[in-house]
Amino acid sequence: MRKSISFEINHLQYLDESAKPANDLPEFAKDTDKLVELYDRMQFLRAMDKRAVGLQRIGKMRTYPAALGQEAVGIGAGLALKDTDVLVPYYRGTGMMLSHGIKPHEILLYWGGDERGADYKDPIAAQDFPVAVPIATQILHAAGVATAIKLRGEKRAVMTEIGEGGTSEGEFYEALNVAGVWNLPFVCIVNNNQWAISVPSENQTKAESYAQKAIAAGMDTLQVDGNDIIAVHDASVKAMEKARNGGGPTLIEAICYRLCDHTTADDASRYHDQKVHDKAWEVEPVKRLEDYLKSLGVLDDKAIEAMAKDNKANVEKEVEMYFDILNNQPQPPEAMFDYLYAEVPEKTKPQREEAIRRGAK
Amino acid sequence: MSDTKILTLIEAVTAALDHEMGLDKEIVLMGEDVGKNGGVFRATDGLQQKYGDERVMDTPLAEAMIAGLSVGMAAQGMKPVPEIQFMGFVFPAFNQIATAAARMRNRTRGRLTMPITFRMPYGGGIHAPEHHSESTEALFAHIPGLRVLIPSNPTRAYGLLLASLRSPDPILFLEPKRVYRMVKHEVEMNGVALPLDKCFVDREGDDITLISWGAMMHETLLAADQLAKDGVSVEVIDVATVAPMDMETIFTSVRKTGRCVVVQEAPRAGGLGSEIAAEIAEHELMSLIAPIGRVAGYDTIMPYAKMEMQYMPSVERVVEEAQKVLKYV
Repeated sequence: MRKSISFEINHLQYLDESAKPANDLPEFAKDTDKLVELYDRMQFLRAMDKRAVGLQRIGKMRTYPAALGQEAVGIGAGLALKDTDVLVPYYRGTGMMLSHGIKPHEILLYWGGDERGADYKDPIAAQDFPVAVPIATQILHAAGVATAIKLRGEKRAVMTEIGEGGTSEGEFYEALNVAGVWNLPFVCIVNNNQWAISVPSENQTKAESYAQKAIAAGMDTLQVDGNDIIAVHDASVKAMEKARNGGGPTLIEAICYRLCDHTTADDASRYHDQKVHDKAWEVEPVKRLEDYLKSLGVLDDKAIEAMAKDNKANVEKEVEMYFDILNNQPQPPEAMFDYLYAEVPEKTKPQREEAIRRGAK
Repeated sequence: MSDTKILTLIEAVTAALDHEMGLDKEIVLMGEDVGKNGGVFRATDGLQQKYGDERVMDTPLAEAMIAGLSVGMAAQGMKPVPEIQFMGFVFPAFNQIATAAARMRNRTRGRLTMPITFRMPYGGGIHAPEHHSESTEALFAHIPGLRVLIPSNPTRAYGLLLASLRSPDPILFLEPKRVYRMVKHEVEMNGVALPLDKCFVDREGDDITLISWGAMMHETLLAADQLAKDGVSVEVIDVATVAPMDMETIFTSVRKTGRCVVVQEAPRAGGLGSEIAAEIAEHELMSLIAPIGRVAGYDTIMPYAKMEMQYMPSVERVVEEAQKVLKYV
């Protein structure tokens, strides 16, 4: 027997667990303004998630999936999108969505139970998908968007995201397969936060990595430290640029830890190991960059506090917009009929009239 | 001006695809073996040679992928026409059709639309292997946001497929494969689409209404012939656009005849015949002289080729059911 084919998986990290540079930093990370921007955006996402979960606890939000501990994945990858690129997010994709023109109040509106939350108003997001709830369906949509881009010969690319649990779905493999064989402008981020609701990663796959799942599709693939936003952003920018220029698809497995419940409807204390959870807090992404920026003397506690105050106020403005639309401008009853088909079918017109007659509830 | 051609149903499908691809560059055909091979039934015969492999794309073998890719392409303004090789293999794609294609317009409040025509052959009667003969249209007709069209003959295949390719809504276009080469029509190649939401009254009559769609239209029309020999004046309706369904044409007919029989190839329970019967009972009870009759496949798994014809509703069964309904005075 001879060795037929072998493969290796690379792992990228710039800031190590103690927030010290483990490698020569990429060019963008030498610009401290850029790093402060990344930090600011992660801080905003964390503040927004906290507020959304709080709103759910007092009955002013429906089921909400936070991204606590996964801010570097969403923001770091999301900011690799150009205005002309397309985002196909999944339900925990808030970080990416905020990075591509989707407004916080739109995201809150969607999770607050209002369809208008996916009618994105910013032209940058006009072609972006709503979050996918059925697991892994979005990866095929992203491959389809990428197919259209490729057929038209455009220099654009598509980014999508999935949890590590979602990579067990057949549609994930089907999407990677076609992205590979058609050399599509497609970048898939696997948010490996270690948990698929209550099922830990070790029960999800026997493979040593999620990154290697793309090997069988002939795709470029790598692992990055998902708590290191410099690594996530660097890998994502390069993958998107390569995709735009006809270089084909990439999978990026970002390894982090889900520090929150799966959603507000979940209670992770039923299944997680508190010690592991506590340990994950020591390497979380916001603190990582914060420590680094402090070590450079770029930020101090006072500046961080001021940023936090601003972000909290900005979240509050968005929460007010959310409440205003949700409560003061409710959708008319006929809205459930009016967007289903290009025209309301004759058969459902009496139902539509009935819904109008019965009015708002 | 426009020429006419004598076409089978499958040739009418090809002709409609060809006509519209010539006019609309956003139309992309995709699926398994649709390219060089022209589809296993030859529905896309010659189209890749004519339009190139970027407009007639052979895909990897994965139905969910074919449907999911279509959703992504449609969101970019393309008009994908995915072919599922047999309806029996649509189920991996069911997830994408039900959770994405049918819902996207609604869930984005009209921002992203899904002009997709999912084409697939369906139904029994060609002695095919297991999973190649079922009629599962009701599973899809139940999904809000989706249109389900079933042409029963070449003329309707041409006109309804043109309508489908021009519609901004996602459409399941079910081709009764038993009829693919069963009859020929002189089809006007005029590029005129048929309405997407209207039943067709194929024969006018006063005594009883027979309602059917797809391949069963042929048994239904033969039954009407036979009944006519006994002096019964039969009205025959081809539902064709089975979802959303045009009830008004059916109600108007039942108001006139007071009797009706619904004929479907699919299993009886929970089929479209049940919906039609319920609607008639709800809205036209006082017009009815007799109970609504139903002729359907049995509530069994479609038997394999050997017993297939024992399962399929026959002309005889339609005639018997009509005679039963006609006995009420």
